[in-house]
Order: sequence, then C-alpha cells, then structure tokens
Amino acid sequence: MAKNVDYDYIRRANSAFMTTLTGLCTLIAVGALAVILFYIAWQGIGSLNFRFLVDTPRPVGEGGGIGNAIVGSLVLLLISSAFGLPLGICVGVYLSEIGRGRFGGAVRFIVDTLTGIPSIVTGVFVYAILVLPMKHFSALAGGAALALIMIPIVARTTEEMLKLVPHSLREGALALGAPQWRVTLGVVIPAAAPGIATGAMLAIARVSGETAPLLFTAFGSRFFPSSLNEPIASLTVQIYNYAISPYDEWHAQAWAATLVLMTLVLGINIIVRFLTRKKF
Amino acid sequence: MSAVTYQSTWRRVLAPTGNTGDAVFRVLMLLVALLMVGIVVAMVVALAADSMFSIRQFGFGFLTSQRWDPIKGEFGALPFVYGTVASSLIALLISVPFSLGIAIFLVEQAPRYIARPVGFLVELLAAIPSVVYGLWGIFVLAPVLRQYVEPALAKWFGWLPLFRGSITGIGLLTGGIILAIMVTPIISAVVRDVLAAVPGSQREAALALGATKWEMIRVVLVNGAPGIAGAVILGLGRALGETMAVTMVIGNRPQISPSLFEPSYTIASAIANEFTEATGDLYLSSLVELGLILFLVTFIVNGIARLLVWNVTRRTGGVGRAA
Amino acid sequence: MPVQTAAPKIEVRASAPAPVPGKAKVSVRELNFFYGRVQALHDISLDIPERIVMAFIGPSGCGKSTFLRTLNRMNDVIPGTRVGGQVSIDGHDIYAPGTDVVELRRRVGMVFQKSNPFPKSIFDNVAYGLRINKITSSSSELADRVEQALKDAALWNEVKDRLKSSALSLSGGQQQRLCIARALAIRPEVLLMDEPASALDPIATSKIEELIFELKAQYTIVIVTHNMQQAARVSDTTAFFLLGKLIEVNSTEKMFTAPNEKLTEDYITGRFG
Repeated sequence: MAKNVDYDYIRRANSAFMTTLTGLCTLIAVGALAVILFYIAWQGIGSLNFRFLVDTPRPVGEGGGIGNAIVGSLVLLLISSAFGLPLGICVGVYLSEIGRGRFGGAVRFIVDTLTGIPSIVTGVFVYAILVLPMKHFSALAGGAALALIMIPIVARTTEEMLKLVPHSLREGALALGAPQWRVTLGVVIPAAAPGIATGAMLAIARVSGETAPLLFTAFGSRFFPSSLNEPIASLTVQIYNYAISPYDEWHAQAWAATLVLMTLVLGINIIVRFLTRKKF
Repeated sequence: MSAVTYQSTWRRVLAPTGNTGDAVFRVLMLLVALLMVGIVVAMVVALAADSMFSIRQFGFGFLTSQRWDPIKGEFGALPFVYGTVASSLIALLISVPFSLGIAIFLVEQAPRYIARPVGFLVELLAAIPSVVYGLWGIFVLAPVLRQYVEPALAKWFGWLPLFRGSITGIGLLTGGIILAIMVTPIISAVVRDVLAAVPGSQREAALALGATKWEMIRVVLVNGAPGIAGAVILGLGRALGETMAVTMVIGNRPQISPSLFEPSYTIASAIANEFTEATGDLYLSSLVELGLILFLVTFIVNGIARLLVWNVTRRTGGVGRAA
Repeated sequence: MPVQTAAPKIEVRASAPAPVPGKAKVSVRELNFFYGRVQALHDISLDIPERIVMAFIGPSGCGKSTFLRTLNRMNDVIPGTRVGGQVSIDGHDIYAPGTDVVELRRRVGMVFQKSNPFPKSIFDNVAYGLRINKITSSSSELADRVEQALKDAALWNEVKDRLKSSALSLSGGQQQRLCIARALAIRPEVLLMDEPASALDPIATSKIEELIFELKAQYTIVIVTHNMQQAARVSDTTAFFLLGKLIEVNSTEKMFTAPNEKLTEDYITGRFG
C-alpha cells in the first residue's frame, strides 16, 4: 500500500512538538513558583531581625514589627481550631459512618456548598450575626469566620480517611459484640487518625493564610491582644495594610512578614507531604 | 440474653442497634450535621435579609445599573459583575492551556520519579496565600507589565480596543494574570486525577493501531473530556470568589471599559475595600447584596462543576488556598 | 549474564525443532525478556510462517502473552522491561536501534483480551487507524474501507444502520468484533490476538473462532489462548510454553495427538496446568 511519507513525518514532528510544549508548560509553572518564593526570600530577609518579630507596629520611620500580628494570628488559629477541628471531624464521622440515604446526601451537598463559598462572603455573614449584635469587632468573630472555613475542609478529609479504613476492621469489632459507637471511636477513628491529623494540618495551613474574612470580623489592631472581645491583629491583614500603604519602609516590612507567614504555610505543607509519602 | 422487645419508631430510627450508647452517639452526630445545614440556611437568610433594603430600593435595576455613587446613594452592580466575569475569563483563557499541558506532562510523559516531586511543586502554588500573590503582583508583576509587556502589546495590537488606554501596570490584565497563576494548580490537579483514571487499555488500543504519542494522548483527552470540563468550571468558581490578590492589582475603579489596561473592580474586591467604610444603611445593604449575588453565582458554578467531576476527589483534601 | 529466576519445580529442556531458514514472516532468535530483574522469557527461538494461524498455549504465567507483546513492542510501554535477542519481521530486526515503532505497530495489529473501544461512534472507532495514518484520501474511500473492515469482522450486518451510535452501546461480543474490525481496517500484515474470546460467552466465542478461520486466508494470525480445545479448533500450528521457555512447536494435529515432548503430553492430557 502506498505510504504518505511526508504526512508521516508531519505526524511525528507534531507529536514531538506537542510533547515538548507540555514540558514547557510545566517548566513555566515551576518557574513561577521559584520566582515568587525567591522574591519573598530576597526581599524579606533584609528586614527580618529579632526586634521585628516581637515589636508592635510603629509609625513610619520608627521601625516597629509584627510581634502582635504573629500573636494575633496564633490566637485566631487557636480559636478557629478549637471549634473548627472537632466540628469538622464530627461532620466527617457523620458523613462516613452514619449518614445514609437522602438526608446524608443532603448533608454532603451542604458541606460541598460550604467549601465553595468565597471566604469574603463568610466574612460578611459573620459580620452580620456576630459583629453587628456585639457592636464591635473581635477576635471571637474572626475565629468564628475562620472556623466556618475550616469545618468543610476538615470534614471532607476526615470522611475520605475514614472511608479508607477497611470494612473488615469494623466487622471484626462488631462481631465481638461492640456497639457501633465503640467501633467508630475506638477502632475506626484511631485507624484513620494519621490521615485525619494531616488533613487538620493542611486545613490549619490554609486558614492561616486567610485575609478577606478577617477584614471586618477581627479587623486589626496595633497592640498585643488583651481580650478576645476586642479587635485583633493578624499576619495576613497586616501584610495587606502595609502592602497597599505608600511607604517603602512598610513595603519592606510587608515582605518580611510574608517571609514569616510563608515559612509557616510552606513548612506545614512540606511536613504533611513528607508524612504522607508512600513508603514503597 | 434479654428478649428482643418492640421499640417505638423514634427509637428505631435513632438507635437501630438497640444500644443506648449508639443512640446518644447518633443523636450527637445528627445534631452536628443539622448544625451545618443550619449554618448554610442562616447564611442565605442573613445575606438576603441584610440586602432587602437595597433590593427594595433598586430592584432588578441593581444588576443593570453602572452607577456606583456612595455620595448620591445610587448603587449598581454592573461594573462589578463585568470586572468579576472579565477577570475570571482572562484567567481561564491563560490558565486552561497551561493546566492541560502540565497535567498531560505529569501523567503521560514524565517518569514517576519526576512526576511526583514536580506535581507537588505545582500544587504548592495553591498553598500560597492570596495576599502574598497580591504583594508579589504589586511589586513584581505590575512593574513588569508596565515597563515591558503592556507597551509591547500596545505597539503590536494597539489597533484592538483591548490594548488601548493608559499603561500603569495595574488593571484588568494584571488581575487576570494573577488569577491565572492562582487557578492553574487547581485545574491541573483535577485534570491529573481525571487523566490518571482513564484505563490503560485505551492507551494501548491507540498505540496498537500505530498512533504516535500525541495521538494517543488525544484519545486519553477524549476519554477525560467531561472531567476536564468540570475541572475548568471548578477553576472558574475559585476565580470568581478570589479577593485579596485581585483587590491589590486590579485598580478598584468601578468602570466598564473594553481596554485590558484600564483598572476594574470585582464584587469581592468591592466588598473587601468598602465594607468597613460603608456609611449609611443603603450603602451597606448594597454591599451585602453584592455578596448575595456572589454567593449565588459561585453556588451555581460549583454545582455544575461537581456534577461533571463528582467522582474525582483529592486524597488528602488537597492543598487549598486562602483568599 | 546469569539472572536470578524463580526456581523451577520441573527440570525443563527446551527442544523446539530447529528453525528452518527461508519463508518465515516472523522470525525470533534467542529472545530473552526481563521485567526489571525477573526474567520472564528464556532463549525463545521460533518461526512464524505466512498466512497461518499459530496458537500459543500453556498454563497461566508461562509467558505466552508477554511473548506475544514483544512481537509488536507493546511491552515498551511498561517501564523497566528489557529485551535481548532478535525479532525479525520480513528480515528486519524490530529491536534494532532506530526502528520506527509507530510504523511497526501499523503493520502488526493487536486485539486485546478485554475489548477496548474508544468512547466514540462505531464508525469513528473503525476509521481511527485510517485517519491517523491518512490511508484514505477521500471520505467515500474512508467509508468504503470502514464497511469492508466491518464485513471482514462479521459485524457489518448488525451495525450498518447505526454506524454513528456509540461503540459502547454494543454487547461484549460485538465490541470485541468491533476491535477486530478496527485492527483490520489498516490492513496489518500480522494480527496478534491475546485471548480474544476469554471474556465472551460461548456463542460470541464461536463467532470469533469462525472469524479467525476465515481471516487466515489473508493474514498471519498469532493467537494466545488458555483454552486447548480452542487452539485445536482454530490453529494450524501450535506452540507450547512453560515457565518462560518454548517447549515445543508443532502442527496442531500432531501436537494434540502425538506430541514430541513428554511435558507437552502431560499438559495436553491435563496432568498439570
């Protein structure tokens, strides 16, 4: 049969071209990551010193630091985790172990909806139900907003991890006469615990980078936090405020604060990845 | 052993095993689940209630009016809808080819020992907080656009209304590019899962017929088409709701202009910028109504995406990104 | 180079009849195949003449499918595999560096154990090979080739009214015949079939067997089967494999009535496997 040699050549050249192109796309993506991280490190390292990490913000020209912002972020993380993690895990347990049929499907749909809600809308909601009645911004409101963001993430990872626990494990315990709640709490959850923990860590990393919902719940502050009922500073909001200011000195501080934030966020992600690597 | 006794309907539903501990456990879990439902319902109700004022004042005209004038008390959502949709579309136009390329490379071409670390690096892009992207956008991307890219675009394509206008580096194009970078890891991660789920027999069938590598990849793409569509729509959903990075680089001016260089304004940015300074109930109510619109739009878009990709879930919940 | 393999329980001596040089379509000399460090095929030498049906039989795990896949280099897609020795088609070693694998696979077609039609229409499935190789130059020629291939695969009458409907709407047996039509459309010189009927019911199986019988007038067919009766029904020559070694090649009639090797006889009569 006659063979169209020229067309064949085009086919192979096309194949080689397209496959090179995909490699190029990947290279550009990894390159973008490298550029961003490099910039953060380069710009941030200059302003980073001990005073910076413990001081409160000062007017332009007087230095100052992000000490209160770091503490504020930690406080917010604590509040949001205190509510978000247990609730999220419980929802995950419900979806995996109990929720069946139409109601379970509805709950799953609701949780999926919650994951897709833009975080600023969550902020507006918390403003409406907490800040307005209380008539002031507060760390509690900020923590509540972050918790609302955390819950669906933790619920989904918990559900997936629980689903991975083999049925034979459950059945073995049930066959010994253990009631369902004992099986779930004593056998299934401990078996899935590492996965649930890593899911929780990822949720914390994600939430620690949130800014929008804090803008009108926790709002921000120039002082170290003294009560949960007051506005509180956070790393992300501080970075935002410094970045959009017109002062170079504050821009430099924004980069340095970013370096601190990124160390935390990337650190958690890399640790989680290390913990979840396949061992074989 | 106690005899099996008749149980009331309630007890049967709450404790099918007949064990009290189980009943308590189930009730607790049920309450938590109901709490979730309650929260979402409360959200819708709160958003609707607080936008009532604005809805009654402007009605449907809110969606078509271009005027956003806090002083005169006239509010219209059109500039923000335009900015949100335009920036998201630009983001998808740039991101989708890249995301597909990355997913294809990692699944079909790269050997395992390269694909896993490189895949992790691409996913790390999703872990970078939005405000950090914004910071980088202001001080790195915007100057580059202002000094090199936008003048070049104006020179070569200035005859298109897209590329006219004042070149400041801050505007719709910058917003779109930043969104593209942020959305790429999400789309490529889902497409990766979709492609990996295509059975190997499809690849072998194509190869056995004398297909080149790229021709085989096209067969795989056909197999994964619905999932890929879902991934793109998922990316769209994220782009629509992005706040901080966009706020910092899009210019925040409520105007509708065909030029990509001109500043623009998205719904999320408007809320972020003006919420704490909103004086007067009408102003606040209009902003809440914008929030309601955003909520509904992302709800619908995410719902469609889920229909298309409902089976593909990320193993560890993925590396999510903060807004 | 000595390679560790699983210790064989039976001492095996390869003694296939020495290959006769001359008119062999496919000629294999001392083929060794490794999955990583495990050797799956040992010193296989075999000639496959033109226009016959040769069956590969043997217990599961004996390497017959692996060997089949070396003939069109499908094992290349599995990472970590290594090949030693020579496989020549029409005198050219297909493992020589610089061989065009894409072209090889066009000339040596394959039908898989589980049917794998593309998620496209029946017509587009059969036309796929024709389109990517640009074999036809007009759409009417393309339609003719598709029709001919479907007729050759004994599927035309069943699908001629619904060529545009999805291939996945066909039954299992029909899908497998579709895959055969798809492979035949590009007129390969050799057709490799890896247990093509093992996933099908008896009626569909007998249809496939009839098909193979008719195809042998035009194609050289190699079929792997775990079903000895099928091999006896369908093939002209049979090769018996055990633990990665070729034990015997013989005409089917002789193989199943008076085989040369004791091991072959044991297998045929069901003493093992």
